[in-house]
Amino acid sequence: MRYLPHTDVDVQQMLDRIGVSEIDTLFSGIPEECRLKRPLDLNGAKSESETLIFLQELAEKNSPASSWDTFLGGGAYNHFIPAVIDHLISRSEFYTAYTPYQPEISQGTLQAIFEFQTLICQLTGMDVANASMYDGASACAEAVLLTVRAARKRKKVLLSQALPPQYRETVATYCRYLDIELADISLQDGVTNQADLQSLLDDQVAAVVVGYPNYFGQIEDLATIAELTHAAGARLVAAVPEPLALALFKSPGEAGADIVVGEGQSFGIPLSYGGPGIGFFAVRKKDMRVLPGRLVGETTDKDGKRGFVLTLATREQHIRREKATSNICSNQGMCILMVSIYLALHGKQGLRQLAEINYAKAAYAKEKIAQLDGFSVTFSGESFNEFVVTCPEPVAALKKRLEQQGLLAGISLGRDYSELEDGLLICVTEQNSRKQIDRLVHALAGGKG
Amino acid sequence: MMNTESRGLVLDENLLFEQSQPGRVGYSLTGLDVPSATPDSRLVREEITDFPELSEVDVVRHYTRLSTWNYGVDSGFYPLGSCTMKYNPKINEAVARLPGFAHIHPQTPEALNQGALELMYNLQQDLGEISGFPAITLQPAAGAQGEFAGMLMIRAWHEANGQKRHKVIIPDTAHGTNPASSALCGYDVITVASDGILSKEAVAAVMDDDVAALMVTNPNTLGLFEADIREICELVHQHGGLVYSDGANLNAMMGISRPGDIGIDVMHFNLHKTFSTPHGGGGPGSGPVGVVDKLIPFLPVPYVVREDNSYKLEYNCPQTIGRLKSFYGHFGILVRAYSYILSMGGEGLKRASELAVLNANYIRARLEGEYDLPNKQRSLHEVVFSEDALQNDCHTLDVAKRLIDYGYHPPTIYFPLVVHGALMIEPTETESKQTLDEFCDALLAIAEESKNNPELLKQAPVRAKVQRLDETAAARKPKLRWERV
Repeated sequence: MRYLPHTDVDVQQMLDRIGVSEIDTLFSGIPEECRLKRPLDLNGAKSESETLIFLQELAEKNSPASSWDTFLGGGAYNHFIPAVIDHLISRSEFYTAYTPYQPEISQGTLQAIFEFQTLICQLTGMDVANASMYDGASACAEAVLLTVRAARKRKKVLLSQALPPQYRETVATYCRYLDIELADISLQDGVTNQADLQSLLDDQVAAVVVGYPNYFGQIEDLATIAELTHAAGARLVAAVPEPLALALFKSPGEAGADIVVGEGQSFGIPLSYGGPGIGFFAVRKKDMRVLPGRLVGETTDKDGKRGFVLTLATREQHIRREKATSNICSNQGMCILMVSIYLALHGKQGLRQLAEINYAKAAYAKEKIAQLDGFSVTFSGESFNEFVVTCPEPVAALKKRLEQQGLLAGISLGRDYSELEDGLLICVTEQNSRKQIDRLVHALAGGKG
Repeated sequence: MMNTESRGLVLDENLLFEQSQPGRVGYSLTGLDVPSATPDSRLVREEITDFPELSEVDVVRHYTRLSTWNYGVDSGFYPLGSCTMKYNPKINEAVARLPGFAHIHPQTPEALNQGALELMYNLQQDLGEISGFPAITLQPAAGAQGEFAGMLMIRAWHEANGQKRHKVIIPDTAHGTNPASSALCGYDVITVASDGILSKEAVAAVMDDDVAALMVTNPNTLGLFEADIREICELVHQHGGLVYSDGANLNAMMGISRPGDIGIDVMHFNLHKTFSTPHGGGGPGSGPVGVVDKLIPFLPVPYVVREDNSYKLEYNCPQTIGRLKSFYGHFGILVRAYSYILSMGGEGLKRASELAVLNANYIRARLEGEYDLPNKQRSLHEVVFSEDALQNDCHTLDVAKRLIDYGYHPPTIYFPLVVHGALMIEPTETESKQTLDEFCDALLAIAEESKNNPELLKQAPVRAKVQRLDETAAARKPKLRWERV
């Protein structure tokens, strides 16, 4: 086997040195009754080319965004990925290293994380960002735990119904046995209902969690929500499923959010059937010492030379064990690189232009669909690159009809929102040409081909 | 900013932000083919202050230089105990990048992604066969999230049986994630001293009807198989509790012993350890969980099932603990792990475990005597020395830093906590006898240096990009982002 370098001679010499006659003796600490008495019932080893062919055949049974006209979003976004990214993350000094426990030989990873933390702070308008969480949904759940921990006596958290359903479900899982009461804030015209929020806020509420953009692509009035939330002494958590919007719309930090979490997949990470992505997590200075996850800080060596280290580790599980701020032990290192490289390439101007292109394409599609007989754009406010349309025919049948024309038209909302049974969530990015959008519009109207 | 630190080919590199030049670009966007449109100006932000402006060449050179300051498995031997830093096969990287895997949207109708679902189903089956569990969830994003999922299922099962239990027993050799994950499920942690191997008596002394579960790592973090595990599981079960096993050390066990056969109720895998997926500078990991029959109703949703000849995501599980993250798991990592299993086959996996154990025992044989070995029992895939034989006030940290000067990544240090100044070495099976010999020679030379020239250890490393860094200052006055001065 090509990954196993031992020759028979090596094995024999090693056994001799250890002083046993066969490898099996080394397992004598395992009682007989704990042994597996048969070979594993798995296939035999495949050669490299057999492995490749076998997996290529599986891959060909799938439908990548590259071979369809795709209008799917809903928490995972089809953006162009510059070739530079895969080349750089394939440097194996990056991807075959572990968590940078030994800073002297991990300065590459550490500096990259420090830069990532800075980029996230700049984008979100916040003071401190950690070295990432698993994804947007789990970061959102960790944010909820932070607010309850920091608020001490307050045990209630209000979740906007327009927060992505997978975020709400993940928050519910994390809070399941922790004596935290979750309540929903209802919808009004596709955004968080402010009157309902106001009536739910009291001195038991630790946090309000709102999507920005929300699940329907709508831009929430974060500044007003922040005022209401702060007046009740609670923290506002803004959860960002599509962070490209932050290059165009006011940052959550500027609007007054206390915590900003979100999903970074849009920034150069392949869709990869929904994972791995990356969760980002940013706070104000006051919450720096209760953050979950790894943090990289700047320091110097004994010659005064700048260097970077993992820091504030006394928050973490390997030191604090059951009293840690989280059980998380990893960061999304490879995805940190993808996001950072993506943001560095696009930079100040490019990211803004890209966001404007996404906005304009979605606005075009929105306008064209609104003109179709029987279709309407469901919500009136500003949206980014995603929006909801109300359809005149059952959504499942409509989607099936469009599938047959090579179009993945959007996401049905009926499963998660009974009042939106006729709703289709459509996402338009820079990857969708005007021709594709026109084809979608034509097909929605009942046209063929 | 003038870059003054480069010496010869030890290239220094400023931060992205320090290299930024107004007006420089590293992108090319396709022009707008629809009418331009802008949102309500009151909602629009100003430009992002100090966001970088760089060319493509700047960015490529930046990250290439950063990479050269890192040490990975491809650079050399990386015996980080408990982390199983085995070789990351390149075919795994290639297949994860196939468009049919890398570019599929998670909201695509299931009928259009049958290959992805089939791969996930096959991987569930294979992990089930390797571990002896009838059902597997692939959703957890990493080992710690797997622990959390497992402990949630344990609590959900107790509550479904009308039981409110409050305690979890954890040996003192456990990873810190074990107590942290238990606390996330609202449990109180009872720590038991293990003296190397956990005894039935030690568990019996704290076991009662308020204990929800025992959480063990097997083999444990000293590299020892928990020899009484069967009896301990029986004891816990007699009191109505369940047993969780941390699968971090499965690399010693493939094809040799299956947790599901010996009384364990739930276990997580670390695909980034045992199944060769890259550690990526800290992640992404992947932490599938295997469970016994009675816990199946509580699995996170969704998971993959086969019906007739097609595959689908199952959401209809009324007793589920819910969802742990968006979508279905770290699919890109699952592809790599499956590629590894295909490449190794059943026999190959067993051989990997055998050679991992052979390698660790060879290191033990070569270093025992010169380095203090507190636990003398037969150990498996890793070996843990203490710092007690070091002289002249040299400590484990000094040995670790000196190893860097010899060209190695140091082992895990100061863990497990029960060993004084632990030096925890896990070589894995992908290292040759020649590599191990050179590494052992280095450690023996360092032991000599500690006797005759301890300053060499105290000053180390002197051959890395930076010398020892001031971690105290970093924590006292945290500087966690760049800001314009």
